[in-house]
Amino acid sequence: MTGYILKRLLSAIPVLLGISVIVFLIMAMIPGDPATAILGSYATPENVEKLNRDLGLDQGLVPRYFIWLGNMLQGDFGRSFALNRPVLDEVLDRFGATLILAGTSFVMCSILGIAAGVISAARQYGFADKAITFVVLLGISIPSFFLGMMMILIFAVQLRWFPVSGMWPIYGDRNLWVLMDHLAMPAIALAVVATGVIARLARSAMLEVLRQDFIRTARAKGVHERRVIWRHALRAAMVSIIPILGIQAGFVLSGAVYIEMVFQWPGVGRMLVDAILKRDILLVQGGVVFIAACYVMFNIMVDVAQALLDPRIKT
Amino acid sequence: MMAFLRLLARNRLALAGLIVIGVIVFLALITPLLPLADPDVTDTPNRFLPPLSEGALLGTDHLGRDLLSRLMWGTRLSLAMGLAAAIIAATIGSAIGIIAGYYGGRTDNLIMRGVDMLMAFPYILLALAIVAALGPGLMNALIAVAAVNVPFFARNIRGVTVGIAHKEFVDAARLAGMRDREIILSEVLPNVLPVIVIAMSTTVGWMILETAGLSFLGLGSQPPQADLGSMLGEARSALITNPHTSIVPGAMILIIVMGINLLGDGVRDALDPRLKSGALSRPMPATTVERHGAVPAAKTDSLLDIAQLRTEFRVRDRVYQAVGGVDLHVEKGECLGIIGESGSGKSVTALSVMGLVASPPGVITGGAVHFAGEDIIGAPYEKLRSLRGRRVAYIFQDPLATLHPLYKVGDQLIEAIQSHETVSHTAARTRAVDLLKSVRIPNAESRIDSYPYEMSGGMRQRVGIAMALANDPDVIIADEPTTALDVTVQAQILSVLSDLRRERGLAIIFITHDFGVVGQLCDRVAVMYAGQIVEEGPTEAVLRSPQHPYTARLIACVPTLGGGQRKLAAIPGLPPVVDHLPIGCAFAERCNKAQDLCRAKPVDLVTTGMTRKTRCLFPEVPVERSA
Repeated sequence: MTGYILKRLLSAIPVLLGISVIVFLIMAMIPGDPATAILGSYATPENVEKLNRDLGLDQGLVPRYFIWLGNMLQGDFGRSFALNRPVLDEVLDRFGATLILAGTSFVMCSILGIAAGVISAARQYGFADKAITFVVLLGISIPSFFLGMMMILIFAVQLRWFPVSGMWPIYGDRNLWVLMDHLAMPAIALAVVATGVIARLARSAMLEVLRQDFIRTARAKGVHERRVIWRHALRAAMVSIIPILGIQAGFVLSGAVYIEMVFQWPGVGRMLVDAILKRDILLVQGGVVFIAACYVMFNIMVDVAQALLDPRIKT
Repeated sequence: MMAFLRLLARNRLALAGLIVIGVIVFLALITPLLPLADPDVTDTPNRFLPPLSEGALLGTDHLGRDLLSRLMWGTRLSLAMGLAAAIIAATIGSAIGIIAGYYGGRTDNLIMRGVDMLMAFPYILLALAIVAALGPGLMNALIAVAAVNVPFFARNIRGVTVGIAHKEFVDAARLAGMRDREIILSEVLPNVLPVIVIAMSTTVGWMILETAGLSFLGLGSQPPQADLGSMLGEARSALITNPHTSIVPGAMILIIVMGINLLGDGVRDALDPRLKSGALSRPMPATTVERHGAVPAAKTDSLLDIAQLRTEFRVRDRVYQAVGGVDLHVEKGECLGIIGESGSGKSVTALSVMGLVASPPGVITGGAVHFAGEDIIGAPYEKLRSLRGRRVAYIFQDPLATLHPLYKVGDQLIEAIQSHETVSHTAARTRAVDLLKSVRIPNAESRIDSYPYEMSGGMRQRVGIAMALANDPDVIIADEPTTALDVTVQAQILSVLSDLRRERGLAIIFITHDFGVVGQLCDRVAVMYAGQIVEEGPTEAVLRSPQHPYTARLIACVPTLGGGQRKLAAIPGLPPVVDHLPIGCAFAERCNKAQDLCRAKPVDLVTTGMTRKTRCLFPEVPVERSA
């Protein structure tokens, strides 16, 4: 298994390099002078020239890429001009908040989505199946940002169950309970779409498995139906559900951008949008590379989980 | 195409989606002609008018602009953006996919590596990076959303193209001297186009959502122009004081996307042939029972007595009578063979006993199965479950498919034991090892931790037998247990079964299509044809002097060792389709002795002599009719 993990980690290197090339090329599309873009339109010509020299921006595309890559590998993602601090520091600060939000949502949508899919499949065409199918359809059709706004309106303003926004209160303690109070609504709003997608795919994966011969064998043995569904069928269906979870993690991470805006959550998503609006190019560049790299790592974890679950995969 | 539309129309939800989308698109198209207020004219004294106000049906926004007008123009813009993004993404992505799939080799490898890289991004990161580079704005958001979806099309279309690029007509075109570009345009593209259109229709909802999302973040359409997303984004600051300004555009996005999703699901279902046949249904824990009329009494006091059993499959409006009134019984310590061609109903008969026929589509419509004197057809689930595996156990064909692929064989054995008995894991494990030994698996102590895929076919089938024996059942129903195995392994398995039967006094029902196997193992044999028993009797007698022409032909099909070369008499024709059974003898069409009388009315199974029965008016050996 260690060998397999090592192999997967090695295979991530070209992907990470590819990501850096893509981000670099996109940023190279910026019309006009990169230094002007970095410093903003009010920069003096002297500053622009100096920055161009400092960053090696006066050189060709290829040397520039390697300078940038070399700096990143040494932990230097550049400096945010709008915040006047190193990009990496800012990204790391914000990433924790996103991780809490997206992580909670991901766990929530995985568990709820799979459970809903399993129940839906086990009760195919029954009332529970129809109810779940309808809720799922609603869930995957509602834009998460609109859902978040409606939740604020109902659960924060009308019912006053949860705080309207933010991660921490301005005054007062910062403990787990307070965090959960603030986390509940954004995490749910973020989880809804992914829950729906996972439920759908889990349902069809289960239906596929339930028709297999080994399910009949389990029943012929006298195994209780509950166990047939939740052990035999789900275990086999997980093999096709796990990769979906990996893909959905990307969607949860993407949706976090909207949710962070709606709930004023101090995460990387909001940081990126603010940075784009302020034309803080280096912050965008660094943030995108960092998150994409984390996502690649997460997908390796998914692959490893898959290998642990399915002994037929050669490790 | 017409069939497809009809199917779509039958799906009421899809139809509702189609109507909703149709109405919205229509309204969006005629928006410039409608008597609406100018969407961009501000009127700050009349800001935040509530819905149903004078002159503003949906109220006004934070600048006093008419919300209804802005909604209509915003919808128009959002739809156009989503559609444009879908078309751009589909065109570029499909072009890439076709090139990669058509040329293959290094081109394919290089392109798909790039596509994989793009897919390694959570989609919004890529979109944000593109917008960051190009700057916020409607067109740039459009480009970003289209670019993000290019990999999706490239990958899907490549897959389809690879399938087509190796078809005969493409080879033919190549041999005819057509150039690659011509082949792609005239042969490949027309075949890929439907897939592109379907992929587009399923993603257009996504694109609308994504462009609206970017606008919501302030990165898409810039004021005063507004699509639904930016309307929602602008209304956000007034969410608490004036929620209607947020609800109006938000609800519109929801309705549009939901309509598209409903329609998309309908299209997908209409195109999925498995859904039509009902093959996507999951079988229930026990076969559905719909018995009408009186339950027949057991004809014998045997351990297991099947009386007048009827099982049918209902697929859409068709009914397949798989088992049409079967009587069978098996005594303790006896081995009964059931023989017949594929589709003769022998497996369905066996599976009906414990309610294991997949349902839907299977339904038991009549008859009774008495086990130890008690009718178990339609018994409550818990009753059935306690009998399954404990009193009546099954061995199935093809143990690779019938054992759970992801559990160790030991765990599957232990589970079989623990399903009926509360024993500790260690005790169950010891018993599992003993079971493996009893079916002569070498190194049982280490084999118990193997996965099914690590074993040979013969070993797996032994595991299957061990599992059936786990709870010391009274009856074992073996459904073609040796069909998938080679001859030497088959002989070993048969000898294992034969020994077990002697040692434990098991009753065995052995289903096969091989008379050789029946001759080795079975005391009695029943021959099935088209869901009915056509002949039954002691194995030796039936083999020596078959009475039913079908049995005779079946035996004639078996080559004999050392018998020299002779013409093997295959039976001409095919068994009748069981949703259109003839009134008279089902075998009449293939029988060379058939006469008009055979086809006129049903032929009864009559007792012939002491122990034999046959369902034939003109049996091979003239018999004395006693019933």
